[in-house]
Amino acid sequence: MNKPVNLTELRLEDDGPLYVAQKKVFPQSVSGTFRRIKWGLMAFCLGVYYLLPFVRWNRGLGAPDQAVLVDLPNSRFYFFFIELWPQEVYYFTGLLILAAITLFLMNSLGGRIWCGYLCPQTVWTDLFYAVERLIEGDRRERMRKDAARGTMKLQRFSEILLKHSIWLMIAWWTGGAWVLYFNDAPTLVKQLVTFQAPMLAYVWIAILTATTYLLAGFMREQVCVYMCPWPRIQAALTDEWALNVTYKYDRGEKRTSLKKANELRALGEPVGDCIDCYQCVAVCPTGIDIRNGAQLDCIQCGLCIDACDTVMTKIGRETRLIGYDNDINIHRRQAGKPPVYRIVRPRTVVYVAMIAGVGAFMLYALLTRTLLDVNVLHDRNPVAVKLSDGSIRNAYTVRLLNKRGFDRVIAIDIDGPANATVHVVGVDSVTPERPMIVLGRDRTTELRLLVTAPAADNPEKSVPVHFRITDIGLGEVASATDNFVTP
Amino acid sequence: MTEHSDFDKVSGKTTTGHEWDGIKELNTPLPRWWVITFYLTIVWAVGYWVVYPAWPLLWSHTTGVLNYSSRADVAVELANLEKIRGAKMVALGAAPLAEIEKDPALLALARARGRTVFGDNCAPCHGSGGAGAKGYPNLNDDEWLWGGSLDQIMQTIQFGVRSGHAKAHESAMLAFGKEGVLKRDQIITVANYVRSLSGLPTSPGYDKSAGAKIFADNCTSCHGDNAKGNQELGAPDLTDKIWLYGSDEATLVETISNGRAGVMPAWVGRLDPSTIKALAVYVHSLGGGK
Repeated sequence: MNKPVNLTELRLEDDGPLYVAQKKVFPQSVSGTFRRIKWGLMAFCLGVYYLLPFVRWNRGLGAPDQAVLVDLPNSRFYFFFIELWPQEVYYFTGLLILAAITLFLMNSLGGRIWCGYLCPQTVWTDLFYAVERLIEGDRRERMRKDAARGTMKLQRFSEILLKHSIWLMIAWWTGGAWVLYFNDAPTLVKQLVTFQAPMLAYVWIAILTATTYLLAGFMREQVCVYMCPWPRIQAALTDEWALNVTYKYDRGEKRTSLKKANELRALGEPVGDCIDCYQCVAVCPTGIDIRNGAQLDCIQCGLCIDACDTVMTKIGRETRLIGYDNDINIHRRQAGKPPVYRIVRPRTVVYVAMIAGVGAFMLYALLTRTLLDVNVLHDRNPVAVKLSDGSIRNAYTVRLLNKRGFDRVIAIDIDGPANATVHVVGVDSVTPERPMIVLGRDRTTELRLLVTAPAADNPEKSVPVHFRITDIGLGEVASATDNFVTP
Repeated sequence: MTEHSDFDKVSGKTTTGHEWDGIKELNTPLPRWWVITFYLTIVWAVGYWVVYPAWPLLWSHTTGVLNYSSRADVAVELANLEKIRGAKMVALGAAPLAEIEKDPALLALARARGRTVFGDNCAPCHGSGGAGAKGYPNLNDDEWLWGGSLDQIMQTIQFGVRSGHAKAHESAMLAFGKEGVLKRDQIITVANYVRSLSGLPTSPGYDKSAGAKIFADNCTSCHGDNAKGNQELGAPDLTDKIWLYGSDEATLVETISNGRAGVMPAWVGRLDPSTIKALAVYVHSLGGGK
């Protein structure tokens, strides 16, 4: 598979340069099934990314009406009907686990689907290539222009200027959309246009403009080949049944030119379908030759399949000389057996089961999460106080959480030492036995709560005390347990 | 290494010349931009030395052209904090003392501020949670030498106890033993009588009527006829369960013999009025406030 190397060209007397020069890639335009899928997914992904901040969701008066919002100053995350507090960030852990297993599943079914179709690096690079093609022309033209770099004419200069301007505009929109997720989008857009937005918004737009411009405009496949860990992880995760973009060498070899192939076929000689037209190489966004087999640089975007299919149709041969396949089937065909595709196998079943399990657990956790909560912290110093009549008092810091979007009244009941009374500092409740507190909407309230037990002859050193808070209106209940200590 | 460079036929690449047990390492160079980035970080480091403090000298260090200092940053941050705090504390200073506990926002602010100030100024004697120690009152309980209302607590914090300030609480318990007013056996008798007032057991053979008489003759002027104390004079209630110095006979004998006169400094000149207000609310809210 490797090209023969001319030994005299190798400079064995020195170690060569410290680096490998970037191989320039000029992907050719292509049309076909996978190109259409990629256009569709690009439109969908970019549409979601750019427009989602503008989707509204009514949460009632005083709450933000943005469907997806990361409200950092108030430490809240809003996602349509879900509102998360900082202590619920573990839901994101669940989401990340789900994302990881879904990635594994995609990988075991169809190889690097993520890399080829969904990864932001791929999507934006694809978009940037489309702009480049629109302005500078297709592969051959771009290669010609690149070769004539030294003699730049005004027209060429204006082309380059236009290309970079459009790139920068896309990059700027990308950064602009990013900050909209962290603030009310329509308000922030107004502020950005009138230069009244917070400095931080401009800084973030600048950072994301720069990264988008550099990563999608210049580094492109270098990100996939050198920076991204996923190709390495993918190599460790894949198995022999996974359908990867594969050159079916059982059909393709031996390659010859179309003319020669026709001649040989007429003579009844064995000859492959590959006519060595290099179209698969020309359209490849990472500039590799898929016929060399599975390789790290291949993001498996399927564009070579489209290119090859176009050629095969033209020359009247069967399509899918390159297609989603695996080595097992190549060997089976070589042995004269029909190919088999095993979608259901232990690996995929386990992944699906894990996704279902984690998903169900998260759904359960989300549906049963408490919107009223209480935390109790016993005073450390002093642990207990003896009062003048000999009774004992313990003090607690009580933090009440009201995650609902409206104020509510709660009652505090305690169940602890015999005949104990409860008092909340700063609250003169009309029902002293059962203090009532108003909890503000969507926030925590901290109270200092005193529990006093009358003097007893032989008091226990420590008895558990239960704090139960009840929403008077809704009947929701939350409770916490601590200890009542007698010195 | 140069002379050992070798060509690997399988990969079509040169090797680095390193060999381990017959296994050779392919020469796989980094991409150009990667190497350039590496050189840029070196340039960046040199720039850093020029701009920021970097190199240690014998007795100091290079300061950098920006004259940056993390200490100076802290000073600025603290000044900003004072500014923010100042604005909030104005609201606290303007509110009437009795109203603060009724407003949850003001109460939270006063408690937060009071807690910090208490830790900085009061904790050495009263303990970090105000639990007190022998001779230093527990501020969590409901026994107050000089009164436990908000106003009284603030008065005490402002001017102190026997602090030398003109408005300080002043009084002294007579050293009945040292001054020769009472004899030792009389002191022991009256100490037992005082213990009986709060229901504590007394020594066998102690003369209750003698104790009551000594108490009536010497103690009631400050501690009151019913021994309930007098907050005007800082005289403690002797009938309750709380003892500042201890309730055992030996301690009481010592107290009566030598007298007691605890001291608390005046804070009026050291802490600003709104901070003292916050402190008073904090101490009051510890639980014993009247």
